[in-house]
Amino acid sequence: MAVISYREALDQALREEMERDERVFLMGEEVGEYDGAYKVSKGLLDHFDGNEWRVRDTPIAENGFAGIGVGAAMAGLRPIVEFMTWNFSLLAFDAVVNSAAKIHQMSGGQYHVPIVFRGPGGAAIQLAAQHSQVPDAWYSHVPGLKVVAPATPKDAKGLLKSAVRDDDPVVMIEGELLYNIKGEVPEEEYLVPIGEAEVKREGTDLTIVAHSKMVHQALQAADTLEEKHDLQAEVVDLRTLRPLDIDTVIESVRKTNRVVVVEEGWPQGGVGAQVADDVQREAFDWLDAPVTRVAGLDVPMPYARNLEKQVFPDSRHVVRAAEHVCYLDQD
Amino acid sequence: MATKVVMAQLSPTMEEGRLVEWKVSEGDEIEQGDIVAEIETDKANMDVEALGSGVLRRIVVDEGETVPVGALIGVIAGEDEDISGILEEAEAAAGAEKEEVEAAKAGGAEEEEEAEEEGEEAAAGQAEAGGGERAGQGAAAKAAPGRRDGGRVRASPVARKMADEEGIDLSRLEGSGPGGRVVKADVEEAVESGVGRRDAAAGPERLTEERIELSQMRKAIARRLTQSLGPVPHFFLTSEIDMGRALDLRAEINGRLADEGDEGEPTKIGVNDLLLKAAAEALVRHPEINASWGEGEIVRHGSVDLGIAVAVEEGLITPVLRDADRKGLRRIAAEAGGLIDRAREKDLQPDEYQGATFSISNLGMFPIEEFTAIINPPEAAILAVGRTVEKPVVVDGEVVVRRRMRVTMSCDHRVIDGATGARFLDTFKGMLENPLAMLL
Repeated sequence: MAVISYREALDQALREEMERDERVFLMGEEVGEYDGAYKVSKGLLDHFDGNEWRVRDTPIAENGFAGIGVGAAMAGLRPIVEFMTWNFSLLAFDAVVNSAAKIHQMSGGQYHVPIVFRGPGGAAIQLAAQHSQVPDAWYSHVPGLKVVAPATPKDAKGLLKSAVRDDDPVVMIEGELLYNIKGEVPEEEYLVPIGEAEVKREGTDLTIVAHSKMVHQALQAADTLEEKHDLQAEVVDLRTLRPLDIDTVIESVRKTNRVVVVEEGWPQGGVGAQVADDVQREAFDWLDAPVTRVAGLDVPMPYARNLEKQVFPDSRHVVRAAEHVCYLDQD
Repeated sequence: MATKVVMAQLSPTMEEGRLVEWKVSEGDEIEQGDIVAEIETDKANMDVEALGSGVLRRIVVDEGETVPVGALIGVIAGEDEDISGILEEAEAAAGAEKEEVEAAKAGGAEEEEEAEEEGEEAAAGQAEAGGGERAGQGAAAKAAPGRRDGGRVRASPVARKMADEEGIDLSRLEGSGPGGRVVKADVEEAVESGVGRRDAAAGPERLTEERIELSQMRKAIARRLTQSLGPVPHFFLTSEIDMGRALDLRAEINGRLADEGDEGEPTKIGVNDLLLKAAAEALVRHPEINASWGEGEIVRHGSVDLGIAVAVEEGLITPVLRDADRKGLRRIAAEAGGLIDRAREKDLQPDEYQGATFSISNLGMFPIEEFTAIINPPEAAILAVGRTVEKPVVVDGEVVVRRRMRVTMSCDHRVIDGATGARFLDTFKGMLENPLAMLL
């Protein structure tokens, strides 16, 4: 297997899907001439001979081009709309939530909206309150959308390809801090199904549930827990936030009896809140400790680096929560 | 002409009655004088006769409900007669009654005069509402055995499930989790060691917490006696116990322990430890003594937690020996010794001196042969122990010298009656006079 970056994995997925089906096209700010703000679509316009019907630069008008995308999807194309970051999708919230997510149901099934909205979400480094937001819970809340948030190059490629082929609107949340992460990606054609979580590390003593960037914090925490306490943490990567694969989580919790749910976003109404709710209901008789969550602090992200580090949940927070559910932090 | 069936006043002190059973159903033909229902008063169960003939058109009060004297419980009338007037009237009366009781419960100072005029009924209302102090007592009664959350063992769901599957009694395990929560590891350990296995439990059936609904008679006893001597109506039972065999046994055990010379184990069992053991064993056999008066119910506790009155410089404190019924004499001696030492050093945590279910006050080290102790609410009883003295007693017609000890139990009459207390003391006395019984 080749070891490539998350960015390259996305690029491969885009090229393969656009070559496979000429109805697939990429649209967004700076995706063409500038190679993409984060260089995900580097060389893509040239690869398709400068054809602007395949790689389309747009004005800075999110609701406009997202709406055009929805219309194109209804008319039979398969658009991939890139938001430079998910923060800017707030301007297109209506197109995503009120149009893309609703049309299939409101037309009585006459229209499908096979569109992918994608871009980086969450904090990077010192982007401040307006450009560090985690959209995971916002979009996971909406019936009619599918939401994926891959953590690894392999999942990024496999899930983007599945998203393009899906007949419903799919929100794909990437991460600026993920683009340089490297990992093994199969040489041959493959898909990662939407709606399937994956155990990224096997363990017996507790379950850490995470997605996106937090999977890496969870894996790092699992190593620390092994060194420090000889604990074997199982790390479950949700991969898809809607529909949520709670069965994989429950199966793990039944084995370990303890669970820490980690997410980058704010705590109230978060993805972790949903997981915690499912776990307490479906695995009540298997719990040996209350379900514990790790989330970003409940504040807008500060600009100052030292404060940003306080707000962003990292592996140390996960370790502390794990010690808590394993009753290792008692006096 | 419609006839009302009402809650009749069947005894002079009766204020309310519980409808035990309807002997007839709605729609049945009734002759004057027929028995239509059975009612439980504060003294006994009585039949209710129909005062007129017709059809039982409506049952107003269902079986099991308690209503005040005079309240409408049913209506007998002609088949097509209009009874809506009677029903409305009854509803209005019930509403007014409720308001009155609530007003009495609110119990502000300005209500006092009025309440006095209304006599017993209002007094009952006030007693229910209680002062701040009494309400506090009620709350304390419910929370009584500290760590156990009012009888509930703290355990994680998976620990509960495993204990159930393995036949482990969770209440007999020490929880290692926060706040004493029993967790999976504790159950696994218990499975390994066999501790807490239900079928391994010796002696009589272990206790579980029970909340007992008050019968009309219990309510009447509580109400009347509190008026006479309150808020906790004490009465006292005294018994003299022959301590000869218990003291001999103690000497024997202590001799053996001294020979063994176990390190870390106490080498002496005190008389007090024998009393604690005997009380614990007797309480398991008489759960009605191991109880508390709650507002509106009697709580029988799920564990035997013994308070030990200890004199300290500025007064006294009662450290609590938890689960005394599940502990052997050695462990009782070790734990009680530790608690008493720490009580004297003022080193006890609140959860170590709160939430006893029964107490013992021992003045045997002083020249006190007999005394009465005051109950520490919400416990229902306390045992006052005097000095063991050699004295002449008559055995089989001969005067002989025996070592005798007098104990006096103070009982909360709302919870315990004379005969109940006497039976407990009889068991307690039997334990000490035949001490092997309590060690088995």
